[in-house]
Amino acid sequence: MTVILNQSFTGISIGAVLLLIALGLTLTFGQMGVINMAHGEFIMAGAYTTYVLQKSISSAGASLLVALPLAFLVAGAMGALLELLLIRRLYTRPLDTLLVTWGVSLMLQQLARDVFGAPNVQARAPDLLTGNISVGGGMTFANSRLFILGLALLCVLGLTLILRLTPLGRRIRAVVQNRDLAEVSGIATERVDRTTFFIGSGLAGVAGVALTLVGPIGPTMGTNYIVDAFLVVVVGGIGQLKGSVITAFALGVLQSVLEYSTTVSVAKVVVLVAIVAFLQWRPQGLYTLRTRSLA
Amino acid sequence: MLEINSVQAGYDRTTVLHGVTVAVPKDGVGAVLGHNGAGKSTLLRAAMGLLKPRSGSVLLNGEDITNLAPHQRVARGMAYVPQGQQSFPHLTTAENLRLVADGRPDGKEAVAEALDLFPALRELSGRRAGLLSGGQRQQLAIARALITRPKLLLLDEPTEGIQPSVVAEIEETVLALTRRGGLSVLLVEQHVGFAMRAAQRYYVLEAGRVTSSGEGGTGAERTVRAALSV
Repeated sequence: MTVILNQSFTGISIGAVLLLIALGLTLTFGQMGVINMAHGEFIMAGAYTTYVLQKSISSAGASLLVALPLAFLVAGAMGALLELLLIRRLYTRPLDTLLVTWGVSLMLQQLARDVFGAPNVQARAPDLLTGNISVGGGMTFANSRLFILGLALLCVLGLTLILRLTPLGRRIRAVVQNRDLAEVSGIATERVDRTTFFIGSGLAGVAGVALTLVGPIGPTMGTNYIVDAFLVVVVGGIGQLKGSVITAFALGVLQSVLEYSTTVSVAKVVVLVAIVAFLQWRPQGLYTLRTRSLA
Repeated sequence: MLEINSVQAGYDRTTVLHGVTVAVPKDGVGAVLGHNGAGKSTLLRAAMGLLKPRSGSVLLNGEDITNLAPHQRVARGMAYVPQGQQSFPHLTTAENLRLVADGRPDGKEAVAEALDLFPALRELSGRRAGLLSGGQRQQLAIARALITRPKLLLLDEPTEGIQPSVVAEIEETVLALTRRGGLSVLLVEQHVGFAMRAAQRYYVLEAGRVTSSGEGGTGAERTVRAALSV
């Protein structure tokens, strides 16, 4: 029983990392339909922001707290710039967008190698987050994993509130649902696109900060997660935040339990087969919205 | 108020409008009539900036707005109700209205006034627009357009595909809006009787060209029907 609970917690923490990465994609891919292959490099930018910040702020705790909003701004600015320079010219050409952003992704990885070197580097975790919490019955939870779980849930809550309750959220949802109608309703849709991309990319930066707590920082760290994150958004239902949340945790737990009972490779294969089977049965994903018409 | 001068426009290699000229007087109603495929909706899309004309110009109160984006035209007093009862389907009725009111100092009053025109929408405020009936969605579309307090309203077949009980209500509302002053309307309509009751000037469009035009009013209804039957 303890083993199952421990593996479930590990799975939930894997799901929290996936969720943090997928959150940004629910905006840029789920809401806007842009397949941004450079999303992983925004994660990397967030992680390197933490690393650079620790050179000037000696306290690991303080640098982590400053890194979270700073990484959001750095990665968000990179995303907004990418949208402004390239993506907005390619909105009706998804395959071109995929190729172009893949090229940008490779360029950013090389830039990171040139600036920080090819070998991975490590950011210091605050003392508070390095230990474990024992919850009895032989179960221990890593503090860093609990922090990431809390951060992921906080980001979900924040994004939900922005999308549901703010004028910006209404504008984002309106532009996604009917761009022409939004434009003739007085909404500057290009500005909304850029803001959406800024937030989506900024969330990738926050995910990058979180990843420094559980692994090394390197030029290709983002690409390791990006496929899984896209899967989370697709399986959850395009543009459906709650679908992404459920899917991220479900995939995390499934992966963790399978890894324990088989091997890492077998677990990966079984999860991918399960996803393919699920999408055959339900191509629109876990959640979809009902309407009387497509208008 | 609005002058569409010799506008040529189309999609890809197809030219839909071949030098169309239409004018809407200040506080007046201009009606564009024609069969399906004549280019009526394309004309409104060009007037609103959703379709860039290949040649010709669009003037609003004398200002050349041909190259302005649609949202910039809205800021100058234009509003547009597109064909097909369009809404933001996953936003609630209230959100559809608040979306346009956001950031406007008189937003709350404007929403209240729009709801006064269509009281049935008040009871549907929490329902997603995609779950409304066609008639309710059209009422929502007109209400949404009026929130910006436009000086010029472009209406694309407001009664098309609506159940008869709601058609009369929408027609009466449109007629009341045009009679209270301060609003010019460019109305695209297939229902000749309604269009001629509302319009001071009419234009018959055929294959992207104005083939007939003249003074509006119910007296011109027979002339228009004859022009349309050719």
